[in-house]
Amino acid sequence: MTTIAAEGAPSYISAGYTLRSWLTTRDHKRIALLYGVSILFFFLVAAAAAAMIRLELLTPAGDLVDDDTYNKLFTVHGVVMVWFFLIPSIPSTFGNFLIPLMIGAKDVAFPRLNLASWYIYTLGGLFVVVTLIAGGVDTGWTFYTPYTTMFSNSHVILAVTGVFIVGFSSIFTGLNFIVTVHQMRAPGMTWFRLPLFVWAHYATSLVMVLATPVLAMTLALIAIERLLGVGIFDPALGGDPLLFQHLFWFYSHPAVYIMILPAMGVVSEVITCFSRKPVFGYQFMVYSLLAIAAVGFMVWGHHMFVSGQSMYAGMVFSLLSFLVAIPSAIKVFNWTATLYKGSVRFDAPMLYALGFIGLFMMGGITGIWLAALAADVHLTDTYFVVAHFHYIMVGGAVMAFFSALHFWWPKVTGRLYPDGWARAGAIVMFVGFNLTFFPQYIAGYLGMPRRYHVYPPEFQVLNVLSSGGAVVLGVGYLLPLLYLWWSLRRGRLAGANPWGATGLEWQTPSPPPTYNFASAPRVEGPPYAYQAGGTDGR
Amino acid sequence: MNELQQADAVPAKAPPTGRYWLMWLVLLALQLVNLGSSYLPLGAFNVVVNVGISIVKALLVMAVFMHLSSASPVMRLAAGVGFFFLAVLIGLSLGDYMTRP
Amino acid sequence: MAAEGTSAMAASHFADAEQRETAATFGMWIFLATEVLFFGVLFAGYTVSRVQHAEAFILAGRHTDVLLGSINTAVLLTSSLTMALAVRAGSVGWRRSCAAWLVLTAVLGVAFLAIKGYEWHEDWLQGLVPGLRFAYSGPDAPGVELFFFLYFVMTGLHALHLTIGILVIAVMALLAARGRFSAAYHTPIVLTGLYWHFIDVVWIFLYPLFYLVSRS
Ligand SMILES: [Cu+2]
Repeated sequence: MTTIAAEGAPSYISAGYTLRSWLTTRDHKRIALLYGVSILFFFLVAAAAAAMIRLELLTPAGDLVDDDTYNKLFTVHGVVMVWFFLIPSIPSTFGNFLIPLMIGAKDVAFPRLNLASWYIYTLGGLFVVVTLIAGGVDTGWTFYTPYTTMFSNSHVILAVTGVFIVGFSSIFTGLNFIVTVHQMRAPGMTWFRLPLFVWAHYATSLVMVLATPVLAMTLALIAIERLLGVGIFDPALGGDPLLFQHLFWFYSHPAVYIMILPAMGVVSEVITCFSRKPVFGYQFMVYSLLAIAAVGFMVWGHHMFVSGQSMYAGMVFSLLSFLVAIPSAIKVFNWTATLYKGSVRFDAPMLYALGFIGLFMMGGITGIWLAALAADVHLTDTYFVVAHFHYIMVGGAVMAFFSALHFWWPKVTGRLYPDGWARAGAIVMFVGFNLTFFPQYIAGYLGMPRRYHVYPPEFQVLNVLSSGGAVVLGVGYLLPLLYLWWSLRRGRLAGANPWGATGLEWQTPSPPPTYNFASAPRVEGPPYAYQAGGTDGR
Repeated sequence: MNELQQADAVPAKAPPTGRYWLMWLVLLALQLVNLGSSYLPLGAFNVVVNVGISIVKALLVMAVFMHLSSASPVMRLAAGVGFFFLAVLIGLSLGDYMTRP
Repeated sequence: MAAEGTSAMAASHFADAEQRETAATFGMWIFLATEVLFFGVLFAGYTVSRVQHAEAFILAGRHTDVLLGSINTAVLLTSSLTMALAVRAGSVGWRRSCAAWLVLTAVLGVAFLAIKGYEWHEDWLQGLVPGLRFAYSGPDAPGVELFFFLYFVMTGLHALHLTIGILVIAVMALLAARGRFSAAYHTPIVLTGLYWHFIDVVWIFLYPLFYLVSRS
């Protein structure tokens, strides 16, 4: 592959080394790195809470922390992981970095709004940090009424303010991506030549823009109700706590797609590159992304089967939930078909991507169980649910995040990481993940409820397995930190296109110059023009 | 250019203002109809008429004052998508409340 | 977002001015879509509460001031007309006419807020403010309180948007009078117009929900 940009043009990193140059940048690539550092910080905070939880659950008795502290631990873990790591994880970092590159643009449509979104994120994060210092919040990440509005004695208002604020960073990111994809595509980059990564972020952005305001207003109502003692959720005052659940899940079910759609985009790029084949059924892949985003808005009631919701509504929500599984399954089939007869190579990004497919499928199928009315009565509020959504969010979204990290690390930094270590890291993470969460399926199926710090002794074996797995998983997370850090100084230079991948982002130097391309690229063919078995330039 | 940029070119001279003034009169008239109808004993249909007229008024404002009548299809889609998902939110939630025993 | 359009510097990554204006307008529409769902939560809350407390909402609806509410609706509809005329004047580069229509729009907005404020004051005197001063003790008191809770949250949020709108319009009028806009570049005026009309659309729905509930 030839590079379009002139050799020797200053990269986005060497454009300025002062702190000021970073904090006032409008370069989408630098903003992506700002986000990267921030989400890493919050990931570590939330992971520390998870470590405490797993340590407490080593024994059936509540001997490490008391019940109040335990409630605060799982709330912090949930709130921070969901809103400060998972939601922004892939879109704000890799989406931000790559979308303009992939569509052949100089930047996103609104660079200042992009920077503003990072500051808003940071402000929201500050509220969460203050919440923690002030003593935490104990409601669970779901903030269910009437507990949040009437009974909790922890810092609910501080916490919901933080989440309210961070919501707007996600709205602005989504808005920016939508306008960017519509307006900034290079000549020849038609809609059906867009990489699936871009399509995935387009679908994600729709969800961000349309679902997040609902969460924001719902949380604002909680704060008002808590402050004034009146509101629409309090049954004692004629309100309805189920209305809160409707509004909350109208956001929070689609929020799962904010996490998983970008992951699907990453996996589509990686699978095609490492099997040297165009993606199987490109248009089907596009339509299923859009279908997941749209139908995902109509299934939220599956979180409320045992809440007192009407059973007819339950049936409708159950059927619609089955429906949304179809486009997800199409994607898994098409990735598999892409592998078929490809010249598959198992580099680190590919190992993570294959791990994603397996774990996402596992999480998805157990999701179908939970969407079935009768089975859900048995499984609601057990560790089965915990295991299910961790398979989607950690097994799915986080695995894909690491796949993206390894796939585009050479592009972002210009350096290669040690391949053997990276493959080992992927395998450690996969093993650790399954060891942590598979026992939770069993414990939940046998009836272990979630959100308690004590449990009957017969569940101890499963919990010890899970806690042991968490240690392995922790090693899996630390390893990349170490060797990627090492690679920054010592890694070999990557060159523009170390994987021999298609896609415009690989046709400009690594790391890319400030305005991405020396001259506007012109696109002449469909994406993923790989030839199986052919020479690939690696 | 692309699919967003149609029918939006800057006109050489000022477009006539007649339709704005006309629309203003129509909106005020609809408001009077709305107000008047609410005093008629229509039972449950009062709210249907009230909200129905409001929807017409909102559509007129968006079509004329917000220039959707001459905007590209994508722009209209962007204008409509929020209302569509709001309808999903209200519709499916009500589906629960209306079918409770 | 209006700020994105005002700087010619930020334009360097766009191909041309027209692409920039289209992008800004499209972005504004997306932003308004999020606003629809932001307000939409309250409309959903209203619908569910009204279904559950039909009687109470009829009782409560008699306590709003239909005359002032109707006058205010007319004021806001008129302000949409003046805003549309301001945008039209701006689009052909008539800067003084544009500034004048903008000022008139802002004045109508202030008039709306004044009338609304007077209404709230009356509600306060009658003890119809949930959480702060609620003295209603007739039948269905919880449902009535719910009605007025929604009334204050929804008209309050609307008034907040209106206040922001008035401030933005004031700035735009100043910039227009100073000749910062032309037939070639007037995107901020277009965006301000869209935002203002959206506020009008919200009120078009608030009006029947709070002022026309139980007139028959
Ligand atoms: Cu769900």
